[in-house]
Amino acid sequence: MPATDTMAETEDPLVRQHRLRQQAAHELRRDATVRIIRQTVTFVVFMGLLAALYAGYKEVGQAIDDRQHDWPVVGSVLPRTDDLTMPPIGKIIGQFGETPGGEDQIYVLILLDEALFTLREAFAGFMVGLVIGMAIALALAQWRRLEQGLLPFVIASQTIPLIAIAPIIVIWGRKNFDVFPWEWQDWMSVSIIATYLTFFPVAVNGLRGLQSPRPENQELMESYAANWSQTLWRLRLPASLPYLFAALKIAATASIVGAIVGEISSGVVGGLGRRIWREAFNYTTGPDRLFASVLGAAALGIFVYLVVTGLERLVVGRQDKGATA
Amino acid sequence: MNIRRIWRLLAVLLVFGLVAASCGNDDDDEFQEIQDVSLQLQWVPQSQFAGYFAARDLGFYEDVGLNVTIIDGAVDIVPATVLDSGGADFAISWVPRGLVPREEGLNITNIAQVFQRSGTLQVSFVDAGIAGPADLEGKLVGNWGFGNEFELFAGLNSVGLDPQSDVTLVQQDFNMTALILGDIDAAQAMIYNEYAQVLETINPDTGELFQPEDFSVIDWNDVGTAMLQDAIWADADKLETDAEYRDIAVRFVEASLRGWIHCRDNFQECVDIVVAASPPFGGPAHQAWMMNEINALIWPSPGGVGVMDQALYDQTIDVATTQGILAEAPDAGAFRTDIAAEAIANLEAAGHDVYGNDFARRTVEVKEGGN
Repeated sequence: MPATDTMAETEDPLVRQHRLRQQAAHELRRDATVRIIRQTVTFVVFMGLLAALYAGYKEVGQAIDDRQHDWPVVGSVLPRTDDLTMPPIGKIIGQFGETPGGEDQIYVLILLDEALFTLREAFAGFMVGLVIGMAIALALAQWRRLEQGLLPFVIASQTIPLIAIAPIIVIWGRKNFDVFPWEWQDWMSVSIIATYLTFFPVAVNGLRGLQSPRPENQELMESYAANWSQTLWRLRLPASLPYLFAALKIAATASIVGAIVGEISSGVVGGLGRRIWREAFNYTTGPDRLFASVLGAAALGIFVYLVVTGLERLVVGRQDKGATA
Repeated sequence: MNIRRIWRLLAVLLVFGLVAASCGNDDDDEFQEIQDVSLQLQWVPQSQFAGYFAARDLGFYEDVGLNVTIIDGAVDIVPATVLDSGGADFAISWVPRGLVPREEGLNITNIAQVFQRSGTLQVSFVDAGIAGPADLEGKLVGNWGFGNEFELFAGLNSVGLDPQSDVTLVQQDFNMTALILGDIDAAQAMIYNEYAQVLETINPDTGELFQPEDFSVIDWNDVGTAMLQDAIWADADKLETDAEYRDIAVRFVEASLRGWIHCRDNFQECVDIVVAASPPFGGPAHQAWMMNEINALIWPSPGGVGVMDQALYDQTIDVATTQGILAEAPDAGAFRTDIAAEAIANLEAAGHDVYGNDFARRTVEVKEGGN
């Protein structure tokens, strides 16, 4: 008789269950590590392919001399391949390590500074938007008639173009927001723009999430004589989390976009938006810097997305374990 | 049931009332010894506004009892609107960009015409053979739109060309890339910004910087369709009703013009002030070029710096009305010279040269990328 079998037979069922569960958790962790590595590799390979495509297209365009001839696709439908329109990949990447004239640190550090500035604006706006969005969702879930009355306005709010409201908010902020105990600064106005983009997906998805528990769950809570707040904390809020996180992923990237657009259209000093605007202005003399700064903005967007995804794993993942235990 | 509904309604009204009350919270207009004043610029910090930065940093505003906050412009900021809505006490704006919203009802007025000339050019490569507006016929003509195209259109009209049919208009970015790539034959450029940029660019054929000889330039001042640009604007109503505001306006204009006089006589110091003010979009060499060209747009000022040149004003209005920018010529309240006149009287009494008759452009070294 093999030793393991004797062990299994003599093992207490409770201990065995515990061991199996630990084994499963361990495998889950290993799977997560493998998945992260796999995703990273896929991402890097994909980026490499994109870069190769860019470089290859540029090579073809240069070889057939797209500036001198009218080729069907290269340099006509697709952009031309000269160094001003498409700076070489190597120069764009190399830009990150260079110190631009008039600056005292390398470009990647400059971008990091600007990104932190934009991140602060976006984060403050995101948090406020989260609170407002959830408040709206709760109110709408509570009073159905409010849903019919208010939801159209919530939706309409998102059709107003950002460039129309951004300067208004900044001017308002300088003039009227002295009611706060702290001194109102321009970047806070940009945060309001991020809030504006954040609260909408949170409100809409939050509402769906709060309404998502099945009737029998609701009835169970009622049979326990659970009051409103108990039902909210034990049932409706946990049930809304998956919906909420789907919204937060959209909102996180949208708040970055909002912050960047806000910086550009309202003249707030600092941040990636200001930097991109400036590099666009100086495109003629430094096209690779514009590409590099846009890559920086993309990286910031990916970063906040990953942070929210990580939080989701942490929060919703634990929820699942709690539910099955 | 009905009573509960009424309570709800009352609660909603209360919330609205609180919000409205907090919005209507007006600033206290209690001025102490030093009065706070804000200035809205038309664009980001650069030598175009050197006089105001110099007046701030060298204490000229403080000398007249003012503490001035300078607010950056941006893509979607209209200085006239900011001024009218009370977001700033004074604003820098081109004359047409002040007059158009004024015609639409904003209550603002031009109190000091700082720039005496227009800085807008149409730049082309010399081998395109575009020496004057007549040569633009049939060409690809770049322009920025947003009201920057009217001097060009008037210039085309002046030689009998129709901007809509005799040339191909191309929307141009705020840089010179399209000209260098050959996408357009003639590009719109400010003499102090984009024209400098193109000279700060390496010519791929020679490996050296482009040279002024590589380009031919149409200057709308010479064609006679130039429109007046940077001026100081103020709230027209308040000037009439609020004696203190008018007094502040005189002092503000006086210190600002002193800043410009200082920048004429202390070129490099003003360039350094601008570069230090807040990161400008172009580097130090670019700001030096701009400072020189801005000085040339201001000086000499035959009627005294900041005083409106009636002939140029009439020309601006003529272009604006024939191009349909303005429906009709603005009334007499569109600008006033009394404030600038008082300001320069004070400046002259203090021994400043407010005419700059012997001003001459310097030679500024052009560096790649403006750094």
